[in-house]
Amino acid sequence: MPIKNRIKNALKTIFFYKSALAGIILLLLIIGFALYTVYSYPYEKAVADWRAGEKTWLDNPRYALPEWITLFTGGNPPKTIILSTTMESRNVKKIVVPVSGNMSYIRIDMRFDYNYDDYPSEINIFFNSTFEELNPKIEVEWIKPDGENITLKSIVLNKEDSYYISVDLDTKDLLGQIVKEKLGLNESPYILPERYLFSPLSEDILDPQKVVVLNGEYTLRITGYLYEKNSDIDVKLVVYGKVYGWAGTDNLRRPISIAIMWGTPIALSFGVTAAVTIGLIQMIIAAISAWFGGRVDDLIQRITEVNLILPFFPILLMISTFYKFSIWVLLLVVIALSMFGAGVKSYRALFLQLKEFPYVEAALSYGASNMRIVFRYLIPKILPLIIPGMVLSVADFVFLEAALAVLGLGDPDAPTWGKVINDALRDGALFKGYYYWVLEPASLLVLTAISFALIGFTLEKIFNPRLREM
Amino acid sequence: MSGERLLEVTGLKMYHVIRKGLFGGKFYIKAVDNVDLTLDRGEALAIIGESGSGKTTLGKTILRLYEPLDGKIIFDGRDVTHIRRGELKKYRRETGFVQQDPYGALPPFMSIRQILEEPLKIHKIGTKEERLEKVYKALEEVRLTPVEDFINKYPHMLSGGQQQRVVIARSIITDPKLVIADEPVSMLDASVRVEILRLMESIQKKYKLGIIYISHDLSTTKYFSSRINIMYAGKLVEGGPTREVIYNPIHPYTRYLINALPDPDANNRFVKRDVPPGEPPSLINPPTGCRFYPRCPLFIKGLCDVKEPGYTYVNENHWVKCWYYEENR
Amino acid sequence: MSMHLEVENLYLYYKTLKGIVKAVDGVSFQLKRGEAMALIGESGCGKSSLSRAILRLLPRNTYKYEGVIKLDGENVMEYSDEKFRRDIRWVKISYVPQAAMNALNPVIKVGDQIAEPLIIHTNTSKEEALEKAAKMLDIVNIPADFINRYPFELSGGMRQRVAIAMALVTDPELVIMDEPTSALDVLTQANIMNEMKDIRKKMNLTLIYITHDISVSSELADKVAVMYAGEIVEFSDAESFFKEPSHPYSKLLLYSVPTLRVDREPIYIKGQPPSLIDPPTGCRFKDRCPYRFEKCEEKPPTVSTNGGFAKCWLLEKR
Repeated sequence: MPIKNRIKNALKTIFFYKSALAGIILLLLIIGFALYTVYSYPYEKAVADWRAGEKTWLDNPRYALPEWITLFTGGNPPKTIILSTTMESRNVKKIVVPVSGNMSYIRIDMRFDYNYDDYPSEINIFFNSTFEELNPKIEVEWIKPDGENITLKSIVLNKEDSYYISVDLDTKDLLGQIVKEKLGLNESPYILPERYLFSPLSEDILDPQKVVVLNGEYTLRITGYLYEKNSDIDVKLVVYGKVYGWAGTDNLRRPISIAIMWGTPIALSFGVTAAVTIGLIQMIIAAISAWFGGRVDDLIQRITEVNLILPFFPILLMISTFYKFSIWVLLLVVIALSMFGAGVKSYRALFLQLKEFPYVEAALSYGASNMRIVFRYLIPKILPLIIPGMVLSVADFVFLEAALAVLGLGDPDAPTWGKVINDALRDGALFKGYYYWVLEPASLLVLTAISFALIGFTLEKIFNPRLREM
Repeated sequence: MSGERLLEVTGLKMYHVIRKGLFGGKFYIKAVDNVDLTLDRGEALAIIGESGSGKTTLGKTILRLYEPLDGKIIFDGRDVTHIRRGELKKYRRETGFVQQDPYGALPPFMSIRQILEEPLKIHKIGTKEERLEKVYKALEEVRLTPVEDFINKYPHMLSGGQQQRVVIARSIITDPKLVIADEPVSMLDASVRVEILRLMESIQKKYKLGIIYISHDLSTTKYFSSRINIMYAGKLVEGGPTREVIYNPIHPYTRYLINALPDPDANNRFVKRDVPPGEPPSLINPPTGCRFYPRCPLFIKGLCDVKEPGYTYVNENHWVKCWYYEENR
Repeated sequence: MSMHLEVENLYLYYKTLKGIVKAVDGVSFQLKRGEAMALIGESGCGKSSLSRAILRLLPRNTYKYEGVIKLDGENVMEYSDEKFRRDIRWVKISYVPQAAMNALNPVIKVGDQIAEPLIIHTNTSKEEALEKAAKMLDIVNIPADFINRYPFELSGGMRQRVAIAMALVTDPELVIMDEPTSALDVLTQANIMNEMKDIRKKMNLTLIYITHDISVSSELADKVAVMYAGEIVEFSDAESFFKEPSHPYSKLLLYSVPTLRVDREPIYIKGQPPSLIDPPTGCRFKDRCPYRFEKCEEKPPTVSTNGGFAKCWLLEKR
């Protein structure tokens, strides 16, 4: 059937089969997303960001859920609050008063509104001080909306210093002591610093079921002394939230969105290139095998049989274990290993039938050469028959790439869906309950596979009249 | 029959090889066994036989789609029996082939224009414009007019008769001297058969084309060929001018064949036809001597089943290979 | 003698992507018991659809199926599908489908295949059915020892005989045969026709056989029905038909047959048969008819002729 009509009929049929329509819409969405990624976020930058290490992402919460999670869970989980003396804000006040000689008094107030119904995941303070020899000395105070004022710690600052409130042992002891005294307990209880700092001090604070978050304006006050003339302190307060962006973050505070975004074009191009190239190469090999017959056929068939006996996936695993290569070299390896795949056998059977068609005989009778017959007469007739299979196999290769990455054998650089799952598994994400981390890449994998499957099955119906439902 | 000799086939043999099993021996299907025939320029010859008689193999062997096992094919004064490559390609340009199933004979994914251009491209005939001109001319020749209505269509959009016209146009587009038409109308409706045959006849006369009609149907070839050869089990058994063979058949097989064919007549239903017993022999292991003897009522024991009959001439142009006739003339 | 089969205003339309195909468009005819009717026409004229309509073997895209089919005066169109399947199909009416010889199951022995309809459609034990199958083999002239062979061991003619035996094994009253000999060689065809001439008498069969080959149709036909674009344009007894058909289409069809014994230059019918989706108004043959005149724009009347009836304005004028 001519190509133009084919396409016209194909479109007609696709609209007839609702599942194909769904598949096409899904695939278009995925492709749109991939194109958006490619144009908006250069690959080099994505790889650099992905491999940058924890320092880069220090302002991000760890294990943050995606923000849209509230659509399902409800509530108002905290987002990350960052205040810094380097930024212009009326919530940050820094006063330096000379006291005597080179010494000055410094006071920094950082105020912020906290109106969420859950505690922050962490609270960190980062200091950046300038001095020659004499380190500044400061005290950190926390003032709750209800006026309670706690002096958390005194610190002699190094040039780059930090105060991780959530994990600081002194702070923990201090807070326990305060609670013991205020509530008249016999021994100091273990209180999570975030819970203490963001709740009113009462009996409830001991019971995680009853305790509530105190909403209102909080102040972090840092007071201290600078001992040199040009000495200065910059402070950054990070109150880490529990949600981040549209994809959340992983154990390294990295936004998972990087890999989710770039995983799409990589998966599509890997899957489509592998499926189409392998399909075409197998078809050409099969056509040559069937048409020439004799020794050529024998040779090709024996190679195929040997190749079929070799287990594809274990060999691929072995190769990827020995050589760490980029995803595109992996693609070449996959193509090389699949060239003489099962397709050669089944396509050859089609070509053997076709070989006997009168029009092929006619072509011989008017002098067509062997190559002309293979490429002008045999392949164009079979091509439509193998397209559904090609489309269906895209999903296979998308999964293959992901599977290698999940096993830690994929491209070490590329931010892919499989890589995200691999990271999640290594961190025990499911064990710790971070389902989003696995579900996001996994569901994209499944959606991609479904979209190709829906389209492939319909194409099969279109090109293979025996499956047609009319 | 006077005229310039176009084709002369002598002692032609073509056996198909089949292997049984991995270690089994070879078997030969003796599809064409010792066939002689001649064809003059501009002449229409019919070869009549049942399916499995080897008539299609004979046609394809003459076209050199098969390599003959033995014998000679002299075409236009040249020996083409075993030519290869360049010479074979040249021979392909000088011959045309019309097959039985017109839809199957046309690549379904090519437009009519592409289909007709293929032989021209293969033989590097003309420029692009000249080729298109030739395509137009060929389509006009087979009366697919106005050409514009057909040239960009695909085979499945045409009726069987129109498809067969395209096949005919393709077979004559390289200006061949010989066309072999293998059951050109048997898949078509009765009402268009005559039309297609008339068309072939007019082309044949116009271009002095030699045509070999291969058919199982005596009654159609009667009107479209001047000479007729009857083939049975890989051998030609009788030949001569068409009407002479039909009105005065000598070979018992020919007689049966003619007898078995009804003409439209209401009385047919009251009479039974005289049909020989049995079925045509296997060509792997055909009978010795005359291949028709196991079914023949005139069979002479010790002669027909031993020795192959030779040519016996009924008259100058009409010959038969039959011991009974030879012995009883 | 009353009629065995009466078909009145039978319609069978299919729904396709391109439109409604009017494959059988108001067909009527009558056959007496024991009569053989040849149904002739070009491919795509609806002959096979008519046979399917009589057998109620309807495809899934059937759009319209109505009319009257009477067997011995009983309207079987009123039967439920279940009743039709149980009492009529393959019991009273059986069928030899087109290319039946290639439709045999290659892994079932010939005898079992012939016995199969008997076991399915009547309450016959396997032994009895096989006995009957052996009898049928004899009737269609196949040696008895073939009962245990597989179809691939048989020649084309033998396989066709097996298909015929399958249709006859239930002792039907009416048999519909679709192109029973078109794929066979001349001698084999003549042989099977010889046998059919015996069988139809022996079993008192009413026979409808579909063919595009008019010469062959004369081998069995008592009646001839010519179908064109979904309609029967002429229905006639064989004597009148083969002597001089009434409808212009029948005439052209008959004269397009090359004759072997007499010299008569065959003619051909110009043009293509019309599409069954959008047939011409009035007479459907008018575009190809050499006798066309003004009246042909209207639907032609059914006129009785010497042998039966024909649908043509020319005949009315006379």
